[in-house]
Amino acid sequence: MPESLIRFHNVRKAFGPLVVLDGMNLSIERGMVTTIIGKSGVGKSVLLKHLVGLLAPDSGEILIEGKALSAMSRAELREFRRKVSYMFQNMALFDSMTVYQNIALPLEERTKLSRSQIQDDVMERIAALDLGNIAQRYPSQISGGMKKRVALARALITRPEVILFDEPTTGLDPIRKKHVHQMIAQYQQKFGFTAVIVSHDIPEVFEISQRVALLDQGRILFEGSSAEVMASGDARVQQFISGEEDEGASPLEA
Amino acid sequence: MSIQPVSAFSPLAWLGRSAIGYTSGLGRLGIFLGYGLFSIFKPPFNFRRFLDQVYFIGPKSMFVVSLTGLFTGMVLGIQGYYALSQVGSETVLGAGVALSLIRELGPVLTALMVTGRAGSSIAAELGIMRISEQIDALETMDINPMRFLIGPRFAAAIVTFPLLVAIVDVVGIIGGYLTGVVLLGINSGTYISHMEHFIVLRDVTDGFIKTFVFSIIVALICCFKGFNAHTRSGSFGAKGVSYATTSAVVNTSITILLADYVLTSLLMR
Repeated sequence: MPESLIRFHNVRKAFGPLVVLDGMNLSIERGMVTTIIGKSGVGKSVLLKHLVGLLAPDSGEILIEGKALSAMSRAELREFRRKVSYMFQNMALFDSMTVYQNIALPLEERTKLSRSQIQDDVMERIAALDLGNIAQRYPSQISGGMKKRVALARALITRPEVILFDEPTTGLDPIRKKHVHQMIAQYQQKFGFTAVIVSHDIPEVFEISQRVALLDQGRILFEGSSAEVMASGDARVQQFISGEEDEGASPLEA
Repeated sequence: MSIQPVSAFSPLAWLGRSAIGYTSGLGRLGIFLGYGLFSIFKPPFNFRRFLDQVYFIGPKSMFVVSLTGLFTGMVLGIQGYYALSQVGSETVLGAGVALSLIRELGPVLTALMVTGRAGSSIAAELGIMRISEQIDALETMDINPMRFLIGPRFAAAIVTFPLLVAIVDVVGIIGGYLTGVVLLGINSGTYISHMEHFIVLRDVTDGFIKTFVFSIIVALICCFKGFNAHTRSGSFGAKGVSYATTSAVVNTSITILLADYVLTSLLMR
């Protein structure tokens, strides 16, 4: 079996006394859309942040094509980072730059493309994401849904090999939600990138996912195809998919 | 390695913790300074971003520093006249005003005013960028935040401070002229000729050595506090930014006054 693109091996991460990832194992295959589901606050974003170097595991290893991140040289790490785009849950748009400047920034800073080439690329994304009329506005002047699309455009602009989507559709109306899902699927097919999506849109997100992993109590409780998740006999998986509460859990904890 | 609390009431443990805290803080500040200065020269350069910062620190501070210079010069004119007339030497007022401004008050007051105006906004802007994950976003895009955010601010401070100080010095001397000559009636020729006679190039270079050091202090502490707004224990979000901004202004101001004393002692030898 070929080595997975990304493999979490026994990863443990704690913030003070709070253990978020507790010996977690997960494989992310090249060219596939892997969706990570799980309750809010269970550590899904923490998992993604390990891949972009914002967090480092307390113990365990993250292997990129079999090579541990911790054993990589600085140059190798940079090379890997350049292949990865991360779409933040809160978008993290640069609020003193216009929408256009936000999307163009990775190209301006990291490539040697000419100004007109950058403009062409950015305008293409802006058109694809239906952002034409707000290109010169600032993030504080546009709606939450538009911000999501701008963040998506910024993540796609460098044509990365791996894109990590942290709740890309939260806060969008059902039509936009579907549109964003379709767009991820469409771009994924077009460019063949590997996508890791953290999402709560169950079961909609399953339509575009080839692999689904359920994170609970610091470990991957279930890993399989969308169909396998839906058909899983595991009570905890079914409980999560159907949105039922834990017995005795306070409604506020959900 | 985490430091285990020995006892909440052990003064020795408290002393040790504080000493380690301050020393490691200073170490981080030193490293930040090194990276900050290094990142000025790290390609690719973005002249536009540098100019934006120059405009923000320089021209936008001109009004406030000119006013400071004007009133300081005017007060120096009156106070200097009063003091010098006690010993019958009011004719050297021009030299007194100019020396005080060029050697001392110009650099110090400019640094303090720019700290209040531009330094506080630098700390607040970087603090907000930090808590809203914009700095993290830069890192994930493989854009070095030090080069992107800190380098241009360091460079702009180093370039603009001497110019602002020069303006304060000149406006202050004019202020002294207004009160000393126009209001109190000293001969205008005497005011200017004594100034020319007593001030040597050394006074000007000493003033600019101070200015250079102050520009680094302002850029360093304000950038450092904003950039690390999230690391302050017990303060999160907007409160973290507000603490960072306050502590940037207070720490910068105190450091400027402290450095001023040290520099004056060294330069006067």
